Amino acid sequence: MFLDVLSWILILSGGVFGVISAIGVLRMPDIYTRMHAASIADTIALGLMCGGMMLQAGWTIVTIKLILILVFIFFASPTTTHALAKAAIAGGIKPILHEDRRKKVSDKTSNKGKGEKS
Amino acid sequence: MFIAATIAIIIAMVLALMRALLGPTIYDRVLAVNLFGTKALLLIAVMGFLTDRPEFLDIALVYALINFIATIAIMKFFRFAHLGHPHQGDNLGDL
Repeated sequence: MFLDVLSWILILSGGVFGVISAIGVLRMPDIYTRMHAASIADTIALGLMCGGMMLQAGWTIVTIKLILILVFIFFASPTTTHALAKAAIAGGIKPILHEDRRKKVSDKTSNKGKGEKS
Repeated sequence: MFIAATIAIIIAMVLALMRALLGPTIYDRVLAVNLFGTKALLLIAVMGFLTDRPEFLDIALVYALINFIATIAIMKFFRFAHLGHPHQGDNLGDL
């Protein structure tokens, strides 16, 4: 019974973190901050949910598969984020720095046009 | 329990799709597709538990592999405008 409650909590908090990371990706102003928000989903949401599912499955082959998924995502997620950041910088996207925010909003919109060149 | 998790994942997927549509630059779209892939991975795993079918986890593992390779390939193409010519002298062939 205790295991059910614990896995219930883990899975639901994983789902909540997933929604939080999706909202973060939607609301963040800049590609680099969105990358940070997206990596939340890759790490904690996936980890919590797979942990909850592992508790549900117990010592079976299913748990081993979940561990394999976790290990692979553990290595794949930073590689993807690094490649994306490298490509974005090479693509000429300037991150919005602190001093850009101190200027007036009108400057900021002009900076957004410059910063978001596709 | 799994139904609540499935609903949460579907909501996150819709938000990721909205970012994919709104994204001004290509890289936002690639990021959103990558996030969508991770959520799909979670959805497959949870559905496997919901319908008591452990084979779904194999699909989820393969999906994780494909999602990673696809994202890296897309970015390599946008970065170098080609996926690597075999005989060219430059080292642009590799990532």
